Amino acid sequence: MRREIPLILTATVGIVYIISFFIPHRPFGSVETLFSDWILIIAAFAIWLGALNLLRVSADKIYRKKKDWFYALVTILSFFLIAIIGFFFSRGSHFQDVGTSFDYLYRNVYNPLSATMFAILAFFVASASYRAFRARSWEATLLLLAAFFVMLGRVPIGDMISGFLPENIRLSEVATFIMNIPQSAGQRAIMIGIGLGIISTALRLILGIERTYLGGD
Amino acid sequence: MRIVRAMSKRNKRINWNLVLLLFIFSLFILSPAFAQEDTLPPSPPTDVMAKDTPNDAGGSITITWKKSADDGAGKNNVTGYLIYRSEEGDRGYKEIGQVAKGSKEFTDGNTKDKINYYYKIKAVNKSGLFSFSEPSPPATSKAQWFSSGRKNTLIAALILGGLILYFISQARAGKELFIRKIAGLDAVDDAVGRATEMGKKILYIPGTQDMDNVQTIAGVTILSRVAKITAEYETPLEVPVSRSLVMVTCREVVKEAYASAGRPDAFKENMVHYLTDDQFGYAAGVDGLILREKPATIFYQGAFYAESLIMAETGNSIGAIQIAGTAMPAQIPFFFASCDYTLIGEELFAASAYLSKEPKLLGSLKGQDIGKAIILLMLTAGILFITTGLWRGFDSLFIVQ
Repeated sequence: MRREIPLILTATVGIVYIISFFIPHRPFGSVETLFSDWILIIAAFAIWLGALNLLRVSADKIYRKKKDWFYALVTILSFFLIAIIGFFFSRGSHFQDVGTSFDYLYRNVYNPLSATMFAILAFFVASASYRAFRARSWEATLLLLAAFFVMLGRVPIGDMISGFLPENIRLSEVATFIMNIPQSAGQRAIMIGIGLGIISTALRLILGIERTYLGGD
Repeated sequence: MRIVRAMSKRNKRINWNLVLLLFIFSLFILSPAFAQEDTLPPSPPTDVMAKDTPNDAGGSITITWKKSADDGAGKNNVTGYLIYRSEEGDRGYKEIGQVAKGSKEFTDGNTKDKINYYYKIKAVNKSGLFSFSEPSPPATSKAQWFSSGRKNTLIAALILGGLILYFISQARAGKELFIRKIAGLDAVDDAVGRATEMGKKILYIPGTQDMDNVQTIAGVTILSRVAKITAEYETPLEVPVSRSLVMVTCREVVKEAYASAGRPDAFKENMVHYLTDDQFGYAAGVDGLILREKPATIFYQGAFYAESLIMAETGNSIGAIQIAGTAMPAQIPFFFASCDYTLIGEELFAASAYLSKEPKLLGSLKGQDIGKAIILLMLTAGILFITTGLWRGFDSLFIVQ
């Protein structure tokens, strides 16, 4: 039964979802909202599993004095600091209001940290581009040329240096052409493949052919 | 002399004040507050029609009308429309909503099925004057049993589903099916082998989305295969996750994989652990793991957003073999630039069948490929029909409501 019940549940939910897409009549029309609510409720309870796991793994690292255990200590302290301030020192259910201690931590600790991680992306884009745009083969050279035209066409200097050309072949127009025609075509081809892949996977899950996500083959 | 100079200075000041006063006065004259007020109400909206909102679960009526002659034309002073509803027709109208000028439609989503409703539209102008339309004929809301705008989707789904089921049955019957090679999946064994030889860890990232995302499910199925090999080779495996439900599922999958490889004792619960739900917090956590633990092989299989490049570039910087797979079109180029192998879109979903070589799963891949061929045929036909003008309405067959 350990396998059968999840399989029956998956098949039932999957079939009901498909039916509700084509039949708006009650009760099918409202099941999507109902199931979404259930997912939210389950996820809300499940968050404790994650939080407890994080604490256990971190505590274990500290207890065993594993390599870099100090970071685990920072994790645990940060966890309790934000939780205690959020629960007890931030006007109860209004903890998200402007001016609360929780809001202060959110704006001055969480936001800058997130922004820092996001900002690092700019440097990684540069290093990845450097590697990707090396003209090692015919395809890579084509990619390099396309990237050259797109990047140059997206900044004012592109039109400045190509200003002597007729308007429809200036760099900004070339960049727009590359993005709208070959790039879009390639992306749509990938999207069609993804769509078919999703249909096929969904069918395998509903029919119970794909069971790996339940554990085992 | 001094008195004369002072007088002339004062005169100058008075002149400037006069200019300022005149300027302010002219502003008032030109301002809308001083504009002449309307004394007549706007022309009423006409042709008010109400009908059941199509393709819904009932409880909704759509009202349409022709704009007031003073909306966008005529006196052009209509500011908006108020919608009134009654169950009796000649009286008992109550306001149920309002829309801005220029609007010609309103959906009343608060009706009871099988009851007649009448509607009137009130056009209001800037002076607050108004005029009512004639009431609409009665309308009743009801639920539909079929969403007619999705007929073509149903046909396409039936064809695709039928194809997939047909090829699954063919595969079950023992028919040999050719599946093209996928380099990224062929490299899984080698990548695990390399980590084993180096005595280093394997890091597996099953995306950053929850279990309701089909890409996460695809990532988890690949994890099952990877975990089985790591169990056989006794290679350390670590799966940091960003969702609690994914943690529970991955743990179960890894546990089963170790058991089926005959190494249940090698499974440790902490192999799969939770970091955080936060996107960049998770990226920071994974980056930390990569830099501290220096794994030999890293898998990224599932749904990713901007964090993809942050993690993949960090992995690249330590020289790990990286195999990525995602169906997020915007992230594929990032993985392509940073990883050794990338499963593009559909290849991620094909991984389970490809790695297990199970006939039933391979059959579904074949059906998927034939579906792709049909779409390609349709695209070609569409290009021909539309370009040559043989069948201008061909593209309308594919519009989904």
